[in-house]
Amino acid sequence: MAPDRDPSAAVWIRACAAQWQALAEQTVAVPQRAHATVDEALQTLRIYRAMARHLASARRLLPGSFLTTALESACATLHVAIGRPPKFGRARLLTLFRDDIPAAAASVRVTALWITCLFVASALAGWWLISTYPALVSIIASDRMIDGVEHGRLWTDQLFSVAPPGVLSARIFSNNIVVTLGAFCSGILFGLGAFYMIAINGLMLGGLLAFTHQHGLALRLIRFILAHGPVELSVIFLAGAAGTALGEALIRPRLATRAESLRRRAAELGPLLIACALLLLGSGLIEGFISPSPRFSIPVRLAVGLGYWALMLLLLSGKLIPRPRVGS
Amino acid sequence: MADEELIVRGLTGVDMALRIAGPGTRSFAFLIDWQIRLLAALALVLLAVLLRLLPNALRPLTHGVAIAAFVLAPLIYFLYHPVLEVLMRGRTPGKRRAGARIVTVEGATPTAGSLLMRNLFRLIDSMPGFYMVGLGCCLFTRQRVRLGDLVAGTVLVLDEADTSRRLARLGEAMQRSALPLETLRLIQDLLDRWHDLQEAQRSRLARALLAKLDPGYDSQSDAALSGDGLRARLEHLLGAGSRP
Repeated sequence: MAPDRDPSAAVWIRACAAQWQALAEQTVAVPQRAHATVDEALQTLRIYRAMARHLASARRLLPGSFLTTALESACATLHVAIGRPPKFGRARLLTLFRDDIPAAAASVRVTALWITCLFVASALAGWWLISTYPALVSIIASDRMIDGVEHGRLWTDQLFSVAPPGVLSARIFSNNIVVTLGAFCSGILFGLGAFYMIAINGLMLGGLLAFTHQHGLALRLIRFILAHGPVELSVIFLAGAAGTALGEALIRPRLATRAESLRRRAAELGPLLIACALLLLGSGLIEGFISPSPRFSIPVRLAVGLGYWALMLLLLSGKLIPRPRVGS
Repeated sequence: MADEELIVRGLTGVDMALRIAGPGTRSFAFLIDWQIRLLAALALVLLAVLLRLLPNALRPLTHGVAIAAFVLAPLIYFLYHPVLEVLMRGRTPGKRRAGARIVTVEGATPTAGSLLMRNLFRLIDSMPGFYMVGLGCCLFTRQRVRLGDLVAGTVLVLDEADTSRRLARLGEAMQRSALPLETLRLIQDLLDRWHDLQEAQRSRLARALLAKLDPGYDSQSDAALSGDGLRARLEHLLGAGSRP
């Protein structure tokens, strides 16, 4: 029977038409609102309840009709609008730095230590490999780099002449952020991607140190990385640990399904990535302005490197913004 | 087997379904967005190049603008999706044009964190080129999601906000006209698509409807009725306009 040839459905349609028109007109306005007052929010909930009531009746009286689909769609529009997250304000920002980032960092602390061990082991392997088979350096360094080192020049020596420090910082930052985010995202391959990224970076650093050591330039390379290296390397370890944690959520799900477990872990680790990006920004500035400059002595570089590293520890441990004491 | 709908548990206990957007809608939206961000970035690069070609005397004035344009171009290209998705609450101009929006698996508007996480995984989804990982994942997952969606807990659904407008118009028509609901909907559909249809097609459909529904319509005497005349008669059937 066609919907409104059923007498009860036809009567119901005629009785409700005016309400549907009014409710639908109000529904159209809801998603377009950038902000809602308390009254508007309560009114939206009233519309939602009324729409849901009509939808339930329509499903019983007119199953599969356009009216049921339209009421369902209006209900869904309201549902999406009601489920809108609060604005990202100052309070949320405070929670992010005071609670979320330290919690995320604490959750990967042990993994980060293992990742550091993996990096050190890879660096030692890289050192051994290049020390034993010097010809293999062409795998990890370009011909220009090799030629320069063989003639007593580090590739970092000409950094200032290549581009102004600001542009250099931006370039370094974008490169580091890609490596860091790559280490995190590749963790989705059950953690193996993150292991690969960390191991390959360790191998390259160890290999390059061995190569420069063979030509008496290792100390100059260490001098170059002293100011920005501690935080830059720590951030890469943290991102690798976060990627591994993501892979672990897939291998050993803690919730009902792997997808749910992955989603929850990614949401927990998100704040840590924000911290990593901010730390890399500072690291990029140091690498662009301080590291290539011959004006800064080793103690100054060491002070900058350790100072920035201490700041990172404060941020990750939640001591940068302490919690207010209960009762104060 | 892919799901056609995302079933959402309503706050009142009444479930509702959101139609999931497939790889076609996804690709269409992406292509529009890609064109917009590419053109915007290229326009900025062009501006920077043109400023560099100006006479040397003007260089000090334009140097800063040229540098800013060079810096802004990649920023627009790479940050287009995350920034616009956060600002437009799960939409971009391309998604709006394709009639799609991002929602969470619970059917709510995603948080900024979810949207950023979703965009972060473009690094993997875009590998090894042309979004092959993302598209492949989209073809083989139940909710037709790419890796970024899977991690962020989001789904691309068809945005049917326009249906509420149609419901409002239909509600108005139901109060004024004695015609059955499905017939009113048919007329409403034709009027909604009036300008999208070709003159001959819409005229043929309108005449067929009028011949069945309007007792005052005579196919021979009203043969010369123009497009506007036919539309007015259909609107009259809906009870929205006066009889021509």
